Amino acid sequence: MRYCACMLIELGHFALILAFGIAIVQMIVPMVGAHRGNAAWMALAEPAATVQFLLTGFAFAVLTWAFVTSDFSLQLVYLNSHTDKPMIYKITGVWGNHEGSMLLWMLILTLFGACAAWFGDGLPTRLRARVLSVQASIAVAFFAFVLFTSNPFVRLEVPPLNGRDLNPLLQDPGLAFHPPFLYLGYVGLSMSFSFAIAALIEGRVDAAWGRWVRPWTLAAWMFLTIGIALGSWWAYYELGWGGFWFWDPVENASFMPWLIAAALLHSAIVVEKREALKSWTILLAILAFGFSLLGAFIVRSGVLTSVHAFANDPARGMLILIILAVFLGGALTLFAFRAGKLEAKGVFSTVSRESGLILNNILLSVSCFVVFIGTIWPLVAEMLFDRTLSVGPPFFDAAFTPFMVAIAIALPFGSMLAWKRGTFERATKALAGWFVLAIACAALAYAIQSGNSALGPIGVALGVWVVGGALADLWIRSGRDTVVERLRRIARLPRADWGKATAHIGMGVTIFGIAAMTAWQQEDIRVADVGERWSVGQFEFQLDGVNQLQGPNYLTTMADISVWRGDRQVGDLHPEKRFYPVANMPTTEAAIINGVLRDIYVVVGDPQENGGWAVRIYLKPFANWIWGGAMLMALGGCFSLSDRRLRVGASSAKRSAKAVPAE
Amino acid sequence: MKRLLIIVMLLASPLWAVEPSEMLDDPVLEDRARALSQGLRCPVCRNESIDESNAILAKELRIVLRERISDGDTDRQAVDFLVARYGEYVLLRPDARGANLILWLAAPALFLIALGIGWSTIRTKRAAPAGLSDEEKAELEKILRS
Repeated sequence: MRYCACMLIELGHFALILAFGIAIVQMIVPMVGAHRGNAAWMALAEPAATVQFLLTGFAFAVLTWAFVTSDFSLQLVYLNSHTDKPMIYKITGVWGNHEGSMLLWMLILTLFGACAAWFGDGLPTRLRARVLSVQASIAVAFFAFVLFTSNPFVRLEVPPLNGRDLNPLLQDPGLAFHPPFLYLGYVGLSMSFSFAIAALIEGRVDAAWGRWVRPWTLAAWMFLTIGIALGSWWAYYELGWGGFWFWDPVENASFMPWLIAAALLHSAIVVEKREALKSWTILLAILAFGFSLLGAFIVRSGVLTSVHAFANDPARGMLILIILAVFLGGALTLFAFRAGKLEAKGVFSTVSRESGLILNNILLSVSCFVVFIGTIWPLVAEMLFDRTLSVGPPFFDAAFTPFMVAIAIALPFGSMLAWKRGTFERATKALAGWFVLAIACAALAYAIQSGNSALGPIGVALGVWVVGGALADLWIRSGRDTVVERLRRIARLPRADWGKATAHIGMGVTIFGIAAMTAWQQEDIRVADVGERWSVGQFEFQLDGVNQLQGPNYLTTMADISVWRGDRQVGDLHPEKRFYPVANMPTTEAAIINGVLRDIYVVVGDPQENGGWAVRIYLKPFANWIWGGAMLMALGGCFSLSDRRLRVGASSAKRSAKAVPAE
Repeated sequence: MKRLLIIVMLLASPLWAVEPSEMLDDPVLEDRARALSQGLRCPVCRNESIDESNAILAKELRIVLRERISDGDTDRQAVDFLVARYGEYVLLRPDARGANLILWLAAPALFLIALGIGWSTIRTKRAAPAGLSDEEKAELEKILRS
């Protein structure tokens, strides 16, 4: 039995090496085949992509098996696991460390390559061969990185009896979903990159290219949205003070590709519908993946101090920097030579959807640049100006927020303008009511709130404006008829239209949630004795007791706090302070009552010298709207993706459907 | 307006590690101390303000800050006191002096440039049809009208 398990590890290792070899072949042969017009050589790409994925999948399964069975002869398992750890964290622990997470990265990278092979039937053979070849070149770089610097299959000569356990902060269901979704997003953008490079090599970008590249970008952006939202939510409940975004370098690393991908999504529509903005769209596709790689560099190298620093190493960072330089440098050089060949066709007037989308792209790109310069400025200042300084949330709040406000103001207008030549009158007429409502809601919010905060009312106004704009856009599309008939027509609108409306509504909801929670949250910090009752806002809290308990791999101090509203008990909360002896690390587990209108967030602190416990209570209004909005954005992407126009292979389906009546 | 937004954000930002025993009795002074401490970085932590941090140094700095404020320092004096000892590294909001002007002005400058490029793109797009023949123009008009 033990012998078999041993062999299995080595087989996983060999599978990874074999996948590396196949990636090299897939990088070279189809590309040469595409140049020479050799169909057999081009056709090699598809089975190669599939086999590459299966081999990587096997290696990943083997590593997971080693974690599940606590095979401490593997160094990685020894360093990051423990027999007492609950099973779910044994599994998620596979990617709760550098080597394992790189293997997950590879698994997803090869999965995307395989998907392009499986679902790319509608693509011209030559373009598909080139796309798969470029995709394989990315895989080659990262396979080399994994095998030579971050090999997860390194053995220990003498297996220890037990492991060192996983960082307790990572022992959370959040780890099960947050990294995989983020990686699906990061790596998904490699497909957009491959399409861009393949198009540059072909020297041709047309409406069809726009239609092919969009589903991949959309999928990557959707996953990134979900990944970022999950991470934000995780930080909110895990880190113990209910913040949802810290402008930490690692968060910024995921936010930059998100912003660029959002811009790319929109500009690809212009390519698809109007054959304009071609070279700009290609540039965005290159930059989006460039920022993904930059993110990988920031996370892995540790050049920027971050609260996420759990797996960094300067030497590895250097290698990722080289990968980044080669791919981004190569792509931009190719772009410089070939972009001139991409002839733009569409013409449009100053007031048009095209112009609106250009403004969208400008605002998204510049806001990405704000995040970028703020993130790297400490490095630049230290290297060039010999100043050791910090760039923190106050900078980003001040420099980033105005661009988001501008996007929110412009969005309803831009999204309603007609292609090619629009009029402001049509949009203004449709939006006037919503504008009045937005101002009225802001005034109402200002009147109700305590204090003179401008942030809350502004957030309300922008939220209503953006949501209303999306609804007005749907309404105006239904033409002129009775209300019932118009509603029926709206229900029958293409899914892409529904996707657009849903995503924009999500954006409005998130803006509102962020502003409302930031402006109106209440906090209370105090020393409470057991049995004491006190009120915060409209709620009363009572500390009923504090108990010492034992968890599977930790000790915990658990408070029992009941929450009352008048005479009615709203809930019973059990905030904890945990101690993980193996990792020798304390953590705070907040207790939260989630609500649509507010979250009640309770944290227990240390026992005080004169008796009693430090207790922190936050009332966080509309907190869940922040992530709810993000989920709506992702759902919008889902709708859009399911539109038959974008569905991969839809064109061939249409062709065969047409063929039937002809017979 | 922008300034107000920032101030509001600062005031409303969440906290973590302020302990009840450290807090000042005067709520006005305490609010000032909280707002300031959220803009000061803990020198020994990874990327946290002294308001959020659990580190002992952060706790000491919170207490020092409150002492200065209680002794009648203005916000600026209290912050300068810490900057003089720990350097501008502790400022989470870098000042807009010297090279930092690049940090603050780069994005607005880029925005203006991008607007310029965007505008000229739109103008050339608009100008393009002028080069068409009358026949093509008529067809274009037809398409535009539909």
